[in-house]
Amino acid sequence: MKPVNQKAWLLILPVVLCVAFSAILPLMTVVNYSVQDIISPERRVFVGTEWFKAVMRDDDLQGALIRQIGFSLAVLAVEIPLGIALALSMPARGWQASAVLVVVAISLLIPWNVVGTIWQIYGRTDIGLLGAALSKLGIDYSYTGNATDAWLTVLVMDVWHWTPLVALLCYAGLRAIPDAYYQAARIDGASKFAVFRYIQLPKLRGVLMIAVLLRFMDSFMIYTEPFVLTGGGPGNATTFLSQYLTQKAVGQFDLGPAAAFSLIYFLIILLLCFVLYNWMQRVGTADKTEASHG
Amino acid sequence: MDDKRFKKRVLFLILYLVFAILPVYWMVNMSFKTNEEILSTFSLWPQHFTFEHYKTIFTDVSWYSGYINSMIYVAINTVVSLLVALPAAYAFSRYSFLGDKHVFFWLLTNRMTPPAVFLLPFFQLYTTLGLMDTHIAVAMAHLLFNVPLAVWILEGFMSGVPREIDETAYIDGYSFPRFFLTIYIPLIKAGVGVAAFFCFMFSWVELLMARTLTSVNAKPIVATMTRTVSASGMDWGVLAAAGVLTIVPGAIVIWFVRNYIAKGFAMGRV
Repeated sequence: MKPVNQKAWLLILPVVLCVAFSAILPLMTVVNYSVQDIISPERRVFVGTEWFKAVMRDDDLQGALIRQIGFSLAVLAVEIPLGIALALSMPARGWQASAVLVVVAISLLIPWNVVGTIWQIYGRTDIGLLGAALSKLGIDYSYTGNATDAWLTVLVMDVWHWTPLVALLCYAGLRAIPDAYYQAARIDGASKFAVFRYIQLPKLRGVLMIAVLLRFMDSFMIYTEPFVLTGGGPGNATTFLSQYLTQKAVGQFDLGPAAAFSLIYFLIILLLCFVLYNWMQRVGTADKTEASHG
Repeated sequence: MDDKRFKKRVLFLILYLVFAILPVYWMVNMSFKTNEEILSTFSLWPQHFTFEHYKTIFTDVSWYSGYINSMIYVAINTVVSLLVALPAAYAFSRYSFLGDKHVFFWLLTNRMTPPAVFLLPFFQLYTTLGLMDTHIAVAMAHLLFNVPLAVWILEGFMSGVPREIDETAYIDGYSFPRFFLTIYIPLIKAGVGVAAFFCFMFSWVELLMARTLTSVNAKPIVATMTRTVSASGMDWGVLAAAGVLTIVPGAIVIWFVRNYIAKGFAMGRV
């Protein structure tokens, strides 16, 4: 158990102030918008929960939400295992380690609008490498015409873009495991899999939790890349929640409903992250007690 | 068996690196092609090699000042994020106090706000403070998502360090600041390196807030890039060249923090 020490508040005070400064006022303003009908900056009418009710009844929103959840789950299902595998296979020392680190990190550093634009060209069958290669293989591929192709292209683009985040976190986590653990495992004659399951995975719990939560919330708010790549189409196959929200907020100048939408959106992410967080912590602690018994 | 396993590992790594590098290669390739060539022919390397797009960026002040502006606010943001996050992460990993779990989770919730609607209040807040179009404004706004990230990453690494180390250091007569700087931080180097890189990265590529809070004097490169989309169509070549150049500072940063990330835990030296 950690010792109780109320003075620790002094250590976290700078963080709380920094974040609260940019967090609380904007949030209150959005709450304020969400209960008013803003006809013009001077004319506002209090409408209570009307916008919230309207948003909840919106069929398009429900469609976008279901697409969004499907997409985020697919992102987690691919990127987390792939990121762990990548971290395990990256060299630990020498110039190879440095070179691989830089190459792996490159995709993270490209601005998101450029990512979308590059993939827009990259996936075209006439002038892009990916599209040309796929059509050479005899696959009838078109991310602008076929809904499945578009969805898969957005997913592959996201995997390409964000798997390095998982990999870098796990890689640093792996490097932070003291050698003594591996030596003990070697003496016990543990198999590679046992080392992974009982040493590496438990030690990676902290970074994996961050990776899962980050990838979940960021993919849940994905906007720029699919917007640039497919514009949400064909039809609405790749219109995810934030794009739908932006259409409402910017396209229709409907500040009240858009604010209500934002808050519901925020609460959905909050709820799902809270469930994920608690579940992962439970799994982690159950593991620990099991290990100490065994 | 180790040899076979090793080969499989290397093969997987190489396959991934190819997958990772090909889109980047295509961007580099595009940046040396003329716009006609980009849109009309499929070519694995530039047929009419040109530096024109890079020249546009390096000779136009509105282009290259974007890089400088971005670097200034990203640097401020990364340094401040780490400075405030280190003591906080220590507090979260070592002590229980009133509301600790709630504050810890609350921090992360600040990354969960969909930006579209929140931009307007941000604009109003920073206009009221008279900070519009300054590097400070963007750096401060980016603290909103970088500080929680840094705290979470650092806390994860700090919790992995056994508490006995703190106690031993106290018994040996280290003062807290000296212990923290000379013993503790070197132990969690990997975490500090990753946190620094991620703060840099998220601030570097963030577009919506940076664009909302700046107009001329602090306009970041990501906002300048949106200029390549104009009424006369996309200027693909310049966009690709600008994209290639945005990778460079980040690649330098990761080159510098690589030793922090790769070496990690050094129990032997304590």
